Amino acid sequence: MSKVRVLVGTAKGGFVLTADGARKDWTVAGPLFGGWEVYHMAGSPADPNRLYASQSTSWFGQLIQRSDDGGSTWSTADNKFGYTGETGTHQWYDGTPHPWEFARVWHLEPSPDDPDAVYAGAEDAALFKTTDGAASWTELDGLRTHPTGPAWQPGAGGMCTHTVLINPSDPDQLHVAISAAGVFRSEDGGGTWTPSNRGLRSGGIPDADAEVGHCVHRIARHPSRPDVLFMQKHWDVMRSDDGGQSWYEISDNLPSDFGFPIVVHAHEPETVYVVPITSDSEHYPPEGKLRVYRSTTGVGDWQPLTEGLPQSNCYVNVLRDAMATDTLDKCGIYFGTTGGQVYASADAGNSWQSIARDLPRVLSVEAQTLP
Amino acid sequence: MIRVVLPHHLRKLSGTGGEVTLQIPDPPTQAGMIDALEAVYPMLFGTIRDPATQRRRPFIRFFAGEEDLSHEPPDASLPEAVAAGREPLYVVGAMAGG
Repeated sequence: MSKVRVLVGTAKGGFVLTADGARKDWTVAGPLFGGWEVYHMAGSPADPNRLYASQSTSWFGQLIQRSDDGGSTWSTADNKFGYTGETGTHQWYDGTPHPWEFARVWHLEPSPDDPDAVYAGAEDAALFKTTDGAASWTELDGLRTHPTGPAWQPGAGGMCTHTVLINPSDPDQLHVAISAAGVFRSEDGGGTWTPSNRGLRSGGIPDADAEVGHCVHRIARHPSRPDVLFMQKHWDVMRSDDGGQSWYEISDNLPSDFGFPIVVHAHEPETVYVVPITSDSEHYPPEGKLRVYRSTTGVGDWQPLTEGLPQSNCYVNVLRDAMATDTLDKCGIYFGTTGGQVYASADAGNSWQSIARDLPRVLSVEAQTLP
Repeated sequence: MIRVVLPHHLRKLSGTGGEVTLQIPDPPTQAGMIDALEAVYPMLFGTIRDPATQRRRPFIRFFAGEEDLSHEPPDASLPEAVAAGREPLYVVGAMAGG
């Protein structure tokens, strides 16, 4: 029988949640790296027992941990995330030039077919890659040194490369999303980059449809349709049918189109999930009701999914990297909250159960489907 | 040999007890201490000193002999009592609450 392993990064360590394919009874292990922020843990699709974790604190900086046995044991890997050449400046919050400074790794994106190859999205916005299992990291500096870089500004959480998508049909095609610069696309494995923000409109910047400067919170795709991308922006839920070259809005009937995560059903490429949040200053669900919304058309007609989720007095948030899917049939959906709950649905969102509660603030959730 | 007391997180990370001993070159300095610490315990690389700037991390302090040595230049000599191993150098993480 298949198993599921859910990797949960929190503000005070990592947790590993496991269950069999029924996904009803869960075992919680952790904390790993207790007391440290674990922004993200990810497993290699090519070797599910190869795990990587981003571990950091403001006190002691950035570490990368690697496990070769599914998380039973870990060892520190290379943590030399040096920017290449002249670092230059980006805009600070007050609009003045500010030098690029490495702060942390937000997101780890393992290659679909090589356990030793991983991309790391960093703050201040940059992309690094290892091809030797995190024994060393190299910056793909074409992103940070893009001609628009001096105009990029941080969002409230920092200027972070938080999303990395690898086209499963063409591993040289990459998309990254940066808060608050927007989406960038590379066709050459990360050497050169093109802004991919046409169609986005953001009211909080001087030129609402500028080439860069959009606070994109998350992008996602189904592997069978690499040209179709979905986006949760600061405000607006968006879709692209041309690999990110242009976007159009699919917010439709959502109670709020502000939010952070967005995921795609593992077997239905037009089925998309978001978690609406009240507003940019009220980071909690509308009406205190924690609702996942599902569109089965991929263009709107959002349906609320509430069974098993708190429907009163709920004021948690769900962060951008804190929602994931497994690949079982029926598709499992998982998300974690800033209140330390992790919810799971074993029936594609129709019903939910809390599989962990009272954890530290959840920063990230990844789901691995194991044989 | 000098004696260094690490903060809790770095003790756990390095799997050491409360105090480690290090052989460092003459003249004994903060920079030499960190070089030696990172050589013996590579998992501590970058945790005390930012690898890019080579500066002490802002929330780290160095205490010895009831003195705050944090603002000494990295290549300043350590106090004689530390260099002689009579007193430890304390690496301290800033207190924080909430």
